[in-house]
Amino acid sequence: MNHPLLGFLTAAGIVFFGVLGAAAYLVLAERKLAGYFQERYGPNRVGPFGLLQPLADLIKLVFKEEVVFPQSNRWLYLLAPGIIAVMALLPLAVIPFAPHFAVTDINVALLYVLAAASLGTYGVLLGGWASNNKYSLIGGLRTANQMISYEIAMALALVGVVLMAGSLSLKDIVAAQQHLWYLIPQFLGFVVFLVSMFAETNRAPFDLPEAEAELVAGYHTEYSSMKFAMFFVGEYIHMVVAAALMTALYLGGWYGPWKPGFHWFALKMALVLYLMIWVRWTYPRFRFDQLMRFGWKVLIPLALVNLGITGLVLLR
Amino acid sequence: MGAYLSLAVFVLVAVAIALVTMGLAIILRKRGRPEGEKYQNYECGEVPQGTPWIRFHAGYYLVALIFILFDVEALFLFPWALTLKHLGILAFVEMTVFVVILLLGWLYAYKKGAIEWV
Repeated sequence: MNHPLLGFLTAAGIVFFGVLGAAAYLVLAERKLAGYFQERYGPNRVGPFGLLQPLADLIKLVFKEEVVFPQSNRWLYLLAPGIIAVMALLPLAVIPFAPHFAVTDINVALLYVLAAASLGTYGVLLGGWASNNKYSLIGGLRTANQMISYEIAMALALVGVVLMAGSLSLKDIVAAQQHLWYLIPQFLGFVVFLVSMFAETNRAPFDLPEAEAELVAGYHTEYSSMKFAMFFVGEYIHMVVAAALMTALYLGGWYGPWKPGFHWFALKMALVLYLMIWVRWTYPRFRFDQLMRFGWKVLIPLALVNLGITGLVLLR
Repeated sequence: MGAYLSLAVFVLVAVAIALVTMGLAIILRKRGRPEGEKYQNYECGEVPQGTPWIRFHAGYYLVALIFILFDVEALFLFPWALTLKHLGILAFVEMTVFVVILLLGWLYAYKKGAIEWV
């Protein structure tokens, strides 16, 4: 039973099903929490406490009519949701969920994660452009701008972590946090990463790509049935991945006060995800010029300052 | 099994998941051709006005150009960060000079109003 291929397939299977399930139930969790924040019940009709709601949504979406507009660029239109879903899934390969559990451990893991995040921008941009709709086009352009701007801040914040850990492998980075989580020595970087994480996942208060009040639904206005579901699930997988990255990079991964293990990782991820939902239902949306100004004039200089301080302290 | 081989298989599985889900919807979807208004672009219920190939703000290009500048910088910073402990203070000074030169470009863009929207 110890064949390496078998081990890999088991790990990959667990990660895929675990994360897809987590994403499906994250949608429910978000709707439930949104309900409680607004003093209503949220979905509670399908199954006990609405627990079967994700299944009902999936069945509904699969059986929906497919509309591919004759005026849209057919292949790019079909390609875009696929890119989103695949690029959201890719970073999962290198995330160490438990001390001896990760699909694979490559020594350029962090660069790989950043590359997957950058490629995700293409899905949004292509989707917006291929839909042949004004709102989609503007939504796609905004997203591309927002994601590339905050990606720089994110990468610069990550360099601080790399400086301290001396490795790009997420496994080594978590192992280096056994005694002190990077949340404390890298606090500035943590703040920059937290803010850019919201922007990278297109979540409120940076959900300009799909600002309902001005752009209908932004880049996925013209998408229906399963293609819409891909965009939607892609966003929630992005959230899970972002929470996992934050846990591994700043919150000490699988380490905790007692026995290290997956339970700590899961707990921290859940708390980060709760924070993301909490923020969404608490703060209003930024304006686009505010978003750009904040990213370029505050976050990037802040990340560079953090880098300088970290470097100086390490060389002292 | 090599780490990169597993990674390649993982990527293939991810692509397969996307293809299967979208393929499933094509098999199971509601039959019948959409017609008439369903084939129109959605513009809040109005009949679409003009072409979707609208002109958009040139600022998007400017930000993309500054992005390339800083993305290359970030990429250069990663190998530097990995080896800084061995290279010592000289490498730190060199990187500071590099970043300051880039920041001059950033300052120029700032003063020219490339980051300023409106």
